[in-house]
Amino acid sequence: MQVRQIAIFLENRSGRLADITHTLAKNAINIRALSLADTADFGILRMVVSDTDRAAKALKEDGFTVGITEVTAVEVPDKPGSLDAILQVVNQSRLNVEYMYAFTKQSGETGLLLFRFDNPKTACRAFAEAGFKLLSDEEVHQL
Amino acid sequence: MIWNEENETRPREELEVIQLQRLQAQVARVYATVPYYRQKMDEAGVSPGDIRKISDIRRLPFTTKEDLRQNYPFGLFTVPMERIVRIHASSGTTGKPTVVGYTKRDLKLWAELMSRTLSAAGVTSRDIVQNAYGYGLFTGGLGAHYGAENLGCAVIPISGGNTKRQIQIMQDFGTTVLLSTPSYALNIADTMADLGVDPASLKLRVGVFGAEPWSENMRSEIENRLKIKAIDIYGLSEIIGPGVAAECLEEQRGLHIMEDHFLPEIVHRDTFEPLAVGEEGELVFTTLTKEAFPVIRYRTKDIARLIPEVCTCGRTFYRMPKVTGRTDDMMIIRGVNVFPSQIEEVIMGVEGVEPHYQIIVTRQGSLDNIEVQVEVSEEVFSDQIKNLENLSKRVQGSIKDLLGITCKISLVEPKTIQRSEGKAQRVIDRRKI
Ligand SMILES: [Zn+2]
Repeated sequence: MQVRQIAIFLENRSGRLADITHTLAKNAINIRALSLADTADFGILRMVVSDTDRAAKALKEDGFTVGITEVTAVEVPDKPGSLDAILQVVNQSRLNVEYMYAFTKQSGETGLLLFRFDNPKTACRAFAEAGFKLLSDEEVHQL
Repeated sequence: MIWNEENETRPREELEVIQLQRLQAQVARVYATVPYYRQKMDEAGVSPGDIRKISDIRRLPFTTKEDLRQNYPFGLFTVPMERIVRIHASSGTTGKPTVVGYTKRDLKLWAELMSRTLSAAGVTSRDIVQNAYGYGLFTGGLGAHYGAENLGCAVIPISGGNTKRQIQIMQDFGTTVLLSTPSYALNIADTMADLGVDPASLKLRVGVFGAEPWSENMRSEIENRLKIKAIDIYGLSEIIGPGVAAECLEEQRGLHIMEDHFLPEIVHRDTFEPLAVGEEGELVFTTLTKEAFPVIRYRTKDIARLIPEVCTCGRTFYRMPKVTGRTDDMMIIRGVNVFPSQIEEVIMGVEGVEPHYQIIVTRQGSLDNIEVQVEVSEEVFSDQIKNLENLSKRVQGSIKDLLGITCKISLVEPKTIQRSEGKAQRVIDRRKI
């Protein structure tokens, strides 16, 4: 079970992040979660948004390089030790995490972890076996 | 097709007889009519009578761009203004522009040479030719225009720029031949992709490209993206404009020099000593038949060699390889000679990398740094840092393999590198500032 996110290439120029949020705002698109990874030379912004296809189209029209990729979304209780429990599974199953980011749902009861694995199928199986709930694309986008 | 069968396929011995006669007449006329040339020849201790064989040309002094500037604007014209019917000038990026003039007969010759050039590219009177070379003081536009008209083509004198309209006209008029700079052809291909126009749906079948150095990989890129044959042509305003040398469609390997009108020499790029046929050096031309503005041993600054082997197309003229570098484009980076086209060749050979690039040279202390900016296309973009870093490393590694220098590779957003509508600016040298 995978969730679609958009990834955007960012040159290290001031104001580019604001250009992205402006495009999304203009198109009434909500950002559910985001993470910015950067190096000395460039950055990659990854986001889960309310409408992936419309966001990707609008950003492309405004001249950004955009890719749609899939991440694994795991629901965890919003309490101490949750992340540790998940990472133990990751460790024991020898899953290779490319990157991850997290956000807390509005209700405040559960949090969501978004993982990019090099082998998502194995990861899904390991999480399911350990009793974690994986969220579908619809579930995440309807949050 | 060969436009002028008799002159383009003449046996070499006969050609050389004609070249010598024309050279002797040209030198005598220049000596008699242009005080500047006469003075230079007198200083070098050579007179027109000393030219008894073609190789005696080596006794004559070179002409450089600096000589043309010193005689700005009309000092090297050999005829009175009443016989001049056209004036062109090259943009002077440094100093004064160079000005060239044409008599009626010069224009007729120019049209003839461009007709030969276009015929060699497979263009015929049935073609619809979209001429996107810039019209104006630049020789590209009008030079190509009259050549195509002389050949009997339907010419669309659209000039450079307004790319969307270029594409619209290609669709509506059924353009079969595009004439432009190679960098502008890529700009057109990009714009087609943006507009969702499939090049295969067009009637375009051949492009005749010149006015800037370009690499073999850029040729493949243009051919694949526009679904055409890309032909290289060569010329410079000081000699006549486009029409000095042209590739044939049959081989696309080397440009046939119009040797019945221009005598080529290759000299060592530093010592200017004559080099043997086949050796690489600076290309030097002497015009043999031009009236208004002949030049004697003009140093082009282009790097080339002469290819004596007879071509399968039947033309007997020597060929020169694609010019991929000029002595004044040459960057010396940490002691290594680097031409922008070498970097271009590498970038276009890396899969998925956009064919747009810019080279920025800076100096830190006594060390030259070279930065190559490459655009990140959707094709190579990844949500993972390591993949983009690998891309940079691949480009960097390939440049290092070829040139032995380590460049900084900067990935930039698409369309941030300025698109060319004429000659592309590939190098920004901040060392001089
Ligand atoms: Zn040939």
